[in-house]
Amino acid sequence: SNDKIKKRQNGYNYIQEKQKQHLPSYDEIYEETPLTEAFWTYLNYVILNLFGWFRDLLRKFRIETRKGSAEDNPPGFVSLYQSYESFYTRNVYGRIADCFNRPIASVPGGEVTLLDRVTDDYNWSFRYTKDTIRAINLGSYNYLGFADNNGKCSQNVLEIIPKLGVSTASSTQEFGTLSLHRKLESLLARFLGTEEAIAFGMGFATNALNIPSIVGKGCLILSDELNHTSLVLGARLSGATIKIFKHNDMASLERKLRESIVNGQPRHHRPWRKILIIVEGVYSMEGSLCKLPDLIRLKKKYKAYLYLDEAHSIGAMGARGRGVIDYWNCDPNDVDVLMGTFTKSFAAAGGYIAGKKELVDHIRVTSHAAVYATSMSPPVVEQIISVLNFLLDENENSEGRKRIAQLAWNTRYFRERLSKMGFIVYGHPHSPVVPALLYSPSKIAAFNREMLKRGVAVVTVGFPATPLVLGRVRFCLSAAHTKEMLDKVLNIAEEVGDLLNMRLSKLNPKRSFQEIQNEDNDELKSNI
Amino acid sequence: MLLSLISTIDTEGLATDFYGLLQSFYHAPMYHIVLEILLFFSVMWLLFFRKPHPIEKKLTEKEKQELIDEWQPEPLVPAVDPNHPALNVRVLDGPVGKHITIDNEESLNFATLNFLNFVGNERIQNKSIQAVQKYGVGSCGPRGFYGTIDIHLELEERLARFLGCEEGIIYSYGFSTIASIIPAYSKRNDVIFVDEGVHYAIQKGIEASRSHIKWFKHNDLNDLERLLIEQENLDKKNMKKARATRRFLIVEGLYMNYGDLCPLPRMVELKYKYKYRIFIDESVSFGTIGQTGRGITEYYNIDRHQIDLISSTLEYAVGSIGGFAVGSSFVIDHQRLSAQGYCFSASLPPLLAAAAIEALNIMEENSDLFETLMYKSKQLHNKLIAIKGYVIQGDYLSPLKHLRLPDEFNTIGRLESIVHFAQTKHITITVARYLQDEHVLPQPSVRLILNVDMSEEEMDFLCAVLQEALVVTM
Repeated sequence: SNDKIKKRQNGYNYIQEKQKQHLPSYDEIYEETPLTEAFWTYLNYVILNLFGWFRDLLRKFRIETRKGSAEDNPPGFVSLYQSYESFYTRNVYGRIADCFNRPIASVPGGEVTLLDRVTDDYNWSFRYTKDTIRAINLGSYNYLGFADNNGKCSQNVLEIIPKLGVSTASSTQEFGTLSLHRKLESLLARFLGTEEAIAFGMGFATNALNIPSIVGKGCLILSDELNHTSLVLGARLSGATIKIFKHNDMASLERKLRESIVNGQPRHHRPWRKILIIVEGVYSMEGSLCKLPDLIRLKKKYKAYLYLDEAHSIGAMGARGRGVIDYWNCDPNDVDVLMGTFTKSFAAAGGYIAGKKELVDHIRVTSHAAVYATSMSPPVVEQIISVLNFLLDENENSEGRKRIAQLAWNTRYFRERLSKMGFIVYGHPHSPVVPALLYSPSKIAAFNREMLKRGVAVVTVGFPATPLVLGRVRFCLSAAHTKEMLDKVLNIAEEVGDLLNMRLSKLNPKRSFQEIQNEDNDELKSNI
Repeated sequence: MLLSLISTIDTEGLATDFYGLLQSFYHAPMYHIVLEILLFFSVMWLLFFRKPHPIEKKLTEKEKQELIDEWQPEPLVPAVDPNHPALNVRVLDGPVGKHITIDNEESLNFATLNFLNFVGNERIQNKSIQAVQKYGVGSCGPRGFYGTIDIHLELEERLARFLGCEEGIIYSYGFSTIASIIPAYSKRNDVIFVDEGVHYAIQKGIEASRSHIKWFKHNDLNDLERLLIEQENLDKKNMKKARATRRFLIVEGLYMNYGDLCPLPRMVELKYKYKYRIFIDESVSFGTIGQTGRGITEYYNIDRHQIDLISSTLEYAVGSIGGFAVGSSFVIDHQRLSAQGYCFSASLPPLLAAAAIEALNIMEENSDLFETLMYKSKQLHNKLIAIKGYVIQGDYLSPLKHLRLPDEFNTIGRLESIVHFAQTKHITITVARYLQDEHVLPQPSVRLILNVDMSEEEMDFLCAVLQEALVVTM
């Protein structure tokens, strides 16, 4: 019956021992949605919709006052946005709007200070009280814990500002290239193990505006189902034909590859100019890893090109922090285009593309950023260089290694405990993004608020970022979290989980945190 | 068989009437009738109902494998000319302010878009340092998930207040500000009227929106009216569709590629006549045009409530990084959920937001900065016109001007040699760079930027060097 419950078990069936943690594993489990939960979630949406229509009706007849900004539309103008588009915003999102866009007032580190805000009119507007809430931060993308205002990185940044200013006010091709930028690019190439690299000021724009310079009309893009919006926008802007394959499903990808090469371009059947497979290293909503060895094997077999977006995985995965390529022990030269961002593990801002010299030269010449966008801000570049220096230090006891090990340990510990406690957890056992399923929109709001009341700041997401029925809470672990903080979070999660009836896993029937803790202590004692 | 049928008929009374026909039919043997009917139906089927068999192209597995083995892709990227200027940029050391240090030599900077000379400003740097000491460097998240820092809210409020609008919204990258705003409002069936000379970011935004695009000639109001009238005629034919089609007009305050102002008052008049919405991109005109630097709406004295959205970057006059948009709450709020560059991207690092706030403080305190800038722009314009041999493009009070050689002499090669010569005399200017896939590629030019802290002697020196350069290169 365990086989019936496991909906998708990918790859090979070998069991990893607890000790061999560095060995990459194919073990991803996605437990099936309990039928009762699906039923309640759909019912939840139906009720929300009914109430939404009712309230809209009241608003239309002015029985209820129209809150929020109304358009003082001069007569004759077509309304700026359709009322249907904003139906969801008004009636579903509006009810839980206080869970999003929470302002903070400190470093987004392991703990964060949130500004307390209250709403007098049901989330249409907010008022800030003078108070602040201190909470454990499981929402920011701070994987290696470098978001810090008094570490060595910040010291370097503070020294650079008087020397180089805060901006260059010029594009890269004109007078915006400082020797600091060149230093960043060479360090980055060394870190990633590629020939060259180029850095940009924004990760989103890196994808959206550089994919069009690599592929164009007459090319084929095979993109994973769950790719990020920036990749989708870049693929659309390029003008190439896009085909989507099921998430992480290598059989589907191979089938589509074979079909496409055999049939050629649609209608006139000329052969494709090139085929580009776009995948991400770690998918931030599912917590899953891409299957890099299979992808590289397929890419070589069918002569396609591979574009790997390591936004969440660079720095966070791998024994040396070099991303999924490091984790799977693959050769960086096998991946044609490595892309990543500096916002997550590097606690800075920006994106990069790395690869062979021809690729980077081509991007330098044809990219929008070279010609039109202002070059990266010097203090931000300095922060990235400091972090890279930490990570490049091969010494076992270096700061970089310690943080990578801490993150890996945190990930394993947290995921194991969470699933043993009965939560339905998705994703790869070694990914630092931990989604636990909530299913219904009301639980999304309730979980968020209850956790905050008890001092933990989490991110909960629902439709449209996830499928309709699969609302979830997404914990982002960080090397800045200590074991005590994680234990505290697990205890609180147990409490809230019981309150909301979330611990519904059939694979791991629910157990209390204390029970698991005692079991582990006994095991430790018996091993000594 | 037919013969036997005929032979059974009484030849005398051959059936020439209906009764006779019926009679012969009645007398015929059954098998014959059945056969005739079948023949009739077969003829009908052959004529009308038989479908031609499609030529099936079923490939065998072996053929498919052959095709797969034969297929050869192009190389990932085409070869690049190693002499392209992008691969041979000048690498600088030191802040890119009024003076630049290239190869250990200092020169006057007329090339970077540093209009108010905020790069290297001590007050701004001190505020950034304070922000790093409080918040660290990065914001580690998008605006929706704990990436909203109180300093962002302060900056948005300050910008809205500065321009007298209800609400402001900030982006973390200047290029993607307008490129995300346009697709958030304009969808597949809408119509955008846009000036031909807009810069590349707007062109990308329009491309991403997939709307119907109507280009009108640069600053040509008659061409715009013509397009508007055409659209009106189309609307009359299909009123139902017209009621669901939004129209937008997208212009820049001061055009980066041309240096001239857009004729805004007439466009606002036409707005109420033809019912479209105006989005102005004031990247270059924010902080440079107008009595107190509030942009082109201040210059023409137009009520900002009549403009639907004003967007700009924080990267030129303000000396920070990022972009923003201001307008009424109704318009701006929509972007918080549907502008891709806002929702799916990390927020601006707090130190850059602090730099922008301090820059706004300076702009509000020293409002005579802008009068000085306009005055000096006029001075520079007069001096440049006095040099014979150049064609100056740009409004007389614009701090951004384009310099060209007359007619057929105007090539990139000659302009580059002028730039090179100027560099030897310690004046830094630059040839304006464009990508090849611009909608209307401007003629090659040298883009001159005036820094508000330039003195008259320095402007004279620039003109002297430009004059000399002409002699040397022609």
